[in-house]
Amino acid sequence: MAHLSEDNLERARRLVAVYPERRSALIPLCHLAQAQDGWLTEEAMEDVAELTGVTPAEVRGTASFYDMLHTEPVGRHVVAVCTNIACMLGGAYELLEHVEERLGVRVGQTTADGEFTLEEAECLAGCDTAPCVQVNHRFFGPLDADGFDRLVEDLASGALAHEVPRHGILCRVERTVGLRAHGAAAGAGDAPGAPGAHGDDGGVR
Amino acid sequence: MITGAPPIVTRRVGIEDSHTIERYLATGGYDALRAALAMAPEAVREQVDKASLLGRGGAGFPAGRKWSMLAKSDTTYLVVNGDESEPATFKDHLLVERDPHQVIEGTIIAAYALQVRQAFIFCRGEFALGLERLQQACNDAYALRALGESIFGSDFSLDLVVHPGAGAYICGEETALLESLEGKRGFPRIKPPYFPAAIGLYGAPTVVNNIETVSNLPWIVSNGGEAFAALGHGSSTGTRLFALSGRVERPGWYELEMSKTTFRDVIYDPSLGGGVRGGAELKAFIPGGVSAPWFGPDHLDLGLDQDAVGAAGSMLGSGSIVVMDEATCAVRAAWRITRFFSRESCGQCTPCREGSSWLEKIMARVEGGQGRESDIDLLMDACDNIAPGVSWPPQQTTICVLGPSIPSSIASAVRMFRDEFLRHVKDGACPMGAGR
Repeated sequence: MAHLSEDNLERARRLVAVYPERRSALIPLCHLAQAQDGWLTEEAMEDVAELTGVTPAEVRGTASFYDMLHTEPVGRHVVAVCTNIACMLGGAYELLEHVEERLGVRVGQTTADGEFTLEEAECLAGCDTAPCVQVNHRFFGPLDADGFDRLVEDLASGALAHEVPRHGILCRVERTVGLRAHGAAAGAGDAPGAPGAHGDDGGVR
Repeated sequence: MITGAPPIVTRRVGIEDSHTIERYLATGGYDALRAALAMAPEAVREQVDKASLLGRGGAGFPAGRKWSMLAKSDTTYLVVNGDESEPATFKDHLLVERDPHQVIEGTIIAAYALQVRQAFIFCRGEFALGLERLQQACNDAYALRALGESIFGSDFSLDLVVHPGAGAYICGEETALLESLEGKRGFPRIKPPYFPAAIGLYGAPTVVNNIETVSNLPWIVSNGGEAFAALGHGSSTGTRLFALSGRVERPGWYELEMSKTTFRDVIYDPSLGGGVRGGAELKAFIPGGVSAPWFGPDHLDLGLDQDAVGAAGSMLGSGSIVVMDEATCAVRAAWRITRFFSRESCGQCTPCREGSSWLEKIMARVEGGQGRESDIDLLMDACDNIAPGVSWPPQQTTICVLGPSIPSSIASAVRMFRDEFLRHVKDGACPMGAGR
C-alpha cells in the first residue's frame, strides 16, 4: 500500500520517465513527498525507493546528505536565517538573536504549535538584500527586528499564503511534457501541453 | 555600464515581466536560436571560440575549449550548473528568476553546437521562485517548438529537464553535481578523469556549463564572437555579472566590462557600489567568493581581469566581491567563512573534513578571547596540512577544491591583520566588540 496519494504516484511516475535512469528522480521525488507531507516520512522513502529501484536505506542515506530534505517533522513554516559573511556584515547574528526571542525557540527547534521551525542557513544567494531570510525557500530581506515581526504577523494572518505555501511545496509549476531521453515519447504524450497552472496552494498538494 | 559596453546577460532584467515568454519573444527572444540552427554546429562552436568566453562558474576555464574536449560517443549530455552556492554570489539567482528563457535559449544553442540530445538545468533547490520560472519557461519553450522534436522545423531535437537540487554547497563542484543528478550524495568524483567531458553523467561524455556562461550564448550568436571579444582585454573578454555585498552603500549585481573596470570602480563609483557604507574606511575586500584570498586597499586599482587578479595572488572566482570596513573584525570574518567550509565539507577526505572543523574551533576560540598566541602558528600549520605551502594557487591534498579553499580566508587574515589576532589574545575578547 503506497503512502503517496494516487495523484502524487502518477506525478512520481511521470518524473521518473523524464530521466534516462530512474534513480535520477530520487531527489525530485523526495521533494514531491515533502510537498505532500511537509517532511520526508519513512513510508514515503519506501515509495521513493520502489519507484527509483533502490533500497529505502539508500534513499535515507542520500536524503540525509541534503539540507532541504527533512527526515524528521518540521513546522508549517521553516524560517532560515542566513548568517554567512555578507549577511553577518549586515547584522545577521543580531537578527537571529531577535528571531530566537520572537519565536521562542533556538536554531534547530520547532515552536510548540508546529507553526515555525528555525534554521541558521548558509549563504542563500540573497546578499544584495542582507540580512536575508527564507521562509519555505521564499526570500525576504533586508530584514531588521521590526521587519521580521511584521513578517511573522503576515504569515500568521495568511496575508502571505500565496507567496509562501506551506513547507515542502517547492516548485508549483509542473512539467507539461513527458518526453523520455532522446526524444522517445513517454507516458504523458509527446504533444506540448498547456502551461502549468499556478494554484493557490500549488499544483502539488 | 561605466565603460560604455552594452549589457549582455542583463539586457532584459529591468523590463517588466522579463521572465515571461511574451516579453522574451517581444524582445528578440529565440531569434539567436533560429540563427544558430541555420548555421552548422561547427560554425556556432567557432563563434564561441572567437568570443574567448571564459566559464563564469568560478574556475574560468574557456568554454570553447571545454566543448572541444567532449569525447565522441552515441550518447552525450549537457548539464547546466545553476547550483549557485559560493557565499556572496547571487548572479545565477538573478538570471533564473529574471530571464529564464535566456538561460534556456543558451542551453539549446550549446546543445546544438555540441549535438547533444539531452540536457539538464540543475537549479539550486533553495531558488523556489527560480525553479517555478525555469519550469514555466521550459514548458513554454516546448509549446513554441524550441524544445522537443525537430526544433523550429529543423532536424535537431533536444529534451530538457529542469532538475531541483536539495541544498548542498558541494554540488556546485561539477562531478558532485553529476553524482547528485544521478540521485546520490553529492560526493565529488576522484580525478582523473579531470573532466566530465571524458566520463560524466551515467559514465557518458558530458559538458557542464554555468548558467551565466550559457546566458551569454544568444548574444554571441546574434552579434558574433568577435563583437564579444572586442569587449574587455586579453583573455578576459566580454562583460561579466559581478555580485557586490558587505559594507558598501549600494550592494547589488552589476554587469561590467571585464578588465576595463577596476575594483575601485565597483566599490566607489556612485552608479555602482557608491563607496563604503557611512563613508568608513575600506579595510579589505574579497575579490571572487570566499574561496579567494583577500585584497587590501592597495589592490583597488586592479582591473576585473582573470589573469591580473590571478597574478596578484587571488582570483575573480565566482565574481562576488565582499567589502569589509574598518569596524569589521578580520578574525570574525575569517571564522565565519571557515565555519561555512566546516559545515559544507562533504566528509570524504580527511584533511578537509577534520581540518575544517579544527580550524573552525581554533578560530572560534581566538575570536571569543580564549585563544593563545601559539594559535596563529597552529592555524597556519593546519592550513599547511590541507594545502601544503599555503600558496596561491593552492596545492591540493583532497579530491576536490573545497579543501584547498579553506585556508584562503585564515591565511589572508593572519597575513594582513596579525596584530588583530594578538589583540584578541591579549585582551581576552574581540577588540571590535564582536559586533560584525
